[in-house]
Amino acid sequence: MGEEKTHIISAIVENKPGVLYSVANMFRRRGFNIESISVGPTEQEDLARMTVTVRQDEKTLDQVVKQLNKLIDVVKVSILDPASVVTREMALVKVHVSETKSRSDITNYVEVFRGRIVDISPETLMVEITGGSDKISAFIDLMKTFGIKEIARTGITALSRGSKAVKIEEEFGGKQNGKSILR
Amino acid sequence: MNMAKMSGAQALLEALKRQKAEVIFGILGGANLPIYDALLDSEIRHILSRHEQCAAHAADGYARASGKPGICMSTSGPGATNLVTGIANAYMDSSPIIALTGQVPTYTPDSSYMIGRDAFQEADIIGITTPITKCNFQVKTAAEIPRTVKTAFYIATTGRPGPVLIDLPKNTQADVAEMDFSDGIEIRGYRPKSEPHPLQVKKAAELLVGAERPLILAGGGVITSNASQELLEMAELLVAPVATTLMGKGSFSEDHPLSLGFIGMHGMRAANQLILESDVLLAVGTRFSDRSTGKICTFCSDKKIIQVDIDSAEIGKNVDIDIPIVADAKMALKAIHDLIIKQVKSKKDSVWFRRVKEVKEQLLNNVSSEEGKYLKPQALLKELRKILPSEAIVATEVGQNQMWAALFYKALKPRTYITSGGLGTMGFGFPASLGAKVACPDKPVVDIAGDGSFIMTEQDLACSVEEKIPVTVIVLNNSMLGMVAQWQRFFYNRRYSAVKLGHVPDFVKLAEAYGAQGVRIGSLSEFSKAVKKAIKSEVSTVIDVPISPEENVFPMVPVGKGLDEMTVG
Repeated sequence: MGEEKTHIISAIVENKPGVLYSVANMFRRRGFNIESISVGPTEQEDLARMTVTVRQDEKTLDQVVKQLNKLIDVVKVSILDPASVVTREMALVKVHVSETKSRSDITNYVEVFRGRIVDISPETLMVEITGGSDKISAFIDLMKTFGIKEIARTGITALSRGSKAVKIEEEFGGKQNGKSILR
Repeated sequence: MNMAKMSGAQALLEALKRQKAEVIFGILGGANLPIYDALLDSEIRHILSRHEQCAAHAADGYARASGKPGICMSTSGPGATNLVTGIANAYMDSSPIIALTGQVPTYTPDSSYMIGRDAFQEADIIGITTPITKCNFQVKTAAEIPRTVKTAFYIATTGRPGPVLIDLPKNTQADVAEMDFSDGIEIRGYRPKSEPHPLQVKKAAELLVGAERPLILAGGGVITSNASQELLEMAELLVAPVATTLMGKGSFSEDHPLSLGFIGMHGMRAANQLILESDVLLAVGTRFSDRSTGKICTFCSDKKIIQVDIDSAEIGKNVDIDIPIVADAKMALKAIHDLIIKQVKSKKDSVWFRRVKEVKEQLLNNVSSEEGKYLKPQALLKELRKILPSEAIVATEVGQNQMWAALFYKALKPRTYITSGGLGTMGFGFPASLGAKVACPDKPVVDIAGDGSFIMTEQDLACSVEEKIPVTVIVLNNSMLGMVAQWQRFFYNRRYSAVKLGHVPDFVKLAEAYGAQGVRIGSLSEFSKAVKKAIKSEVSTVIDVPISPEENVFPMVPVGKGLDEMTVG
């Protein structure tokens, strides 16, 4: 077994019911672990992007990618290069505030972390925070001292930098492939 | 005539006909009544199985014998779930079958959604079969049916073949729509690759030309891609011995001087020995299953491995590969052959070839024909080879019967040895033999069974009699679940738990009860006479052969050991 590292896999999939199930089911059945997964539509409405982070050695990662590619509804799979990728995660953190002092402390931290306070109640504050996973974890650790009531994290989403794109128009959008494979 | 107004059920059968479908194995029920009504007006033959599992195995046997996709059909709920074992079996052995399941209607008469409300005989067959199908579809409207059928056949039969399921809600079968059969299909996530990469071919050729002890391991992929001729040419050019996996049995004539037989846990001694001695292994269409390789590090040590497989996910999955070639077996073998034909000098008198001959002569699997009051199954299977013509098709059940057949019955041609290799499904052989007989009515078809396996799907004798599909079933009858008994004998200190079947039905009477023929034999000459009569008969015959409950399958490589650690008896 090689060294385990975190990898970000970006998969373009058919945007239709059951695809998330078949992807998740493949991970479960083959014993691959998903650290986080986020799914949303792409610029083409019939396609969705799944951003999956996994912690695997190189050999297992190779299998993950091959098994993903094998699924009929998965159109394209890429491993994003950590050196040229933008990753973001968003979290909503509901913090318990008992006194005015902690309220102002939290407000200061939120500013440092470039977060936003999105909801206030007599006993709680809700903070929206965006960034790399490390930053979010650091913020959450800090909030633990005040008492966290609830957290919702989105999981990582990512795109590679520059003009490189995990897209499929070049291969499929053209006339040649717009046509049928079989007659 | 690519457009027509018709019901979904009629469109289904028309679309199947356009895919050259001739036969459907199935059972009807409430949720596929519209299809069965339309079947009365169709040219497609329907064969009424007596259990949906039999229908799926029969479709599988049909596919393996003919190379064409087999079709099975069931109603919703329990009918569909009964297909599951058969679908999983086809998936593991890469067999192209199309499973058609009825489903509760998408909408009820009062227009509320019905699927997902736990209606009568509703099962989530899409959810259930996702991990055991290459792909599955639930049709939402009648008009989708022609295109879905076309897509299903395309996916099932191309690339690495496998089962595809189409779930048909009852209203989509009954609804009438304008059907478009001209529709092309576009599957952007599926583009199977079959041409080998020239650079990889060049590397493989170089390695093979320089090899001192080349050996070819042929798997089921060679049979799937009809590459037996290319395999033969490659083996003879390189003077490389050929071992097969269990699934590859038949891809290379086991009468050929370069044939070693199959490798693995119960593989031929010479094959297991020589594969470890080889320096370059050309593996074609095999996934290196645990039963084939034994302990991986023993299997791989001191050799370079070239792996040809059409499924890139099989490359390096179980064994590290030096030269991977993702391609169709036939194309890859031809490409490598064309490249090396001028470079290889005849190696007929090579040290390696002499070694191969020597090992084959030394490591024989000798058996006596009788011992005490029992007939030896090994001798009987050797005898069977003498009786049957080379094109005869043999199907097996799973367990000792399967391994004895693999060891002692030589397969001479592709698609003549049908066995459940991956899933190891007891009860597969008999319905599969019916499917094979339907595909090849002119060839004798024989199921080699154990009493434990045969009992699992024996009810399809009714189907065989009613539909006039005559096959021969040889029941190696030890009143035991023999293979697991063997494991308990060796690994559990003879503590037999739940392996003794005790009172086994009288198979002669059982066959007769179904309207088939039954015969019990006690000697090789009686056996020979019975088989000769059975394969000419117009009704199925069950030949009951009492064998010793103590009989073992040798050689045997215990789980976790290397192929060199064979116990030979």
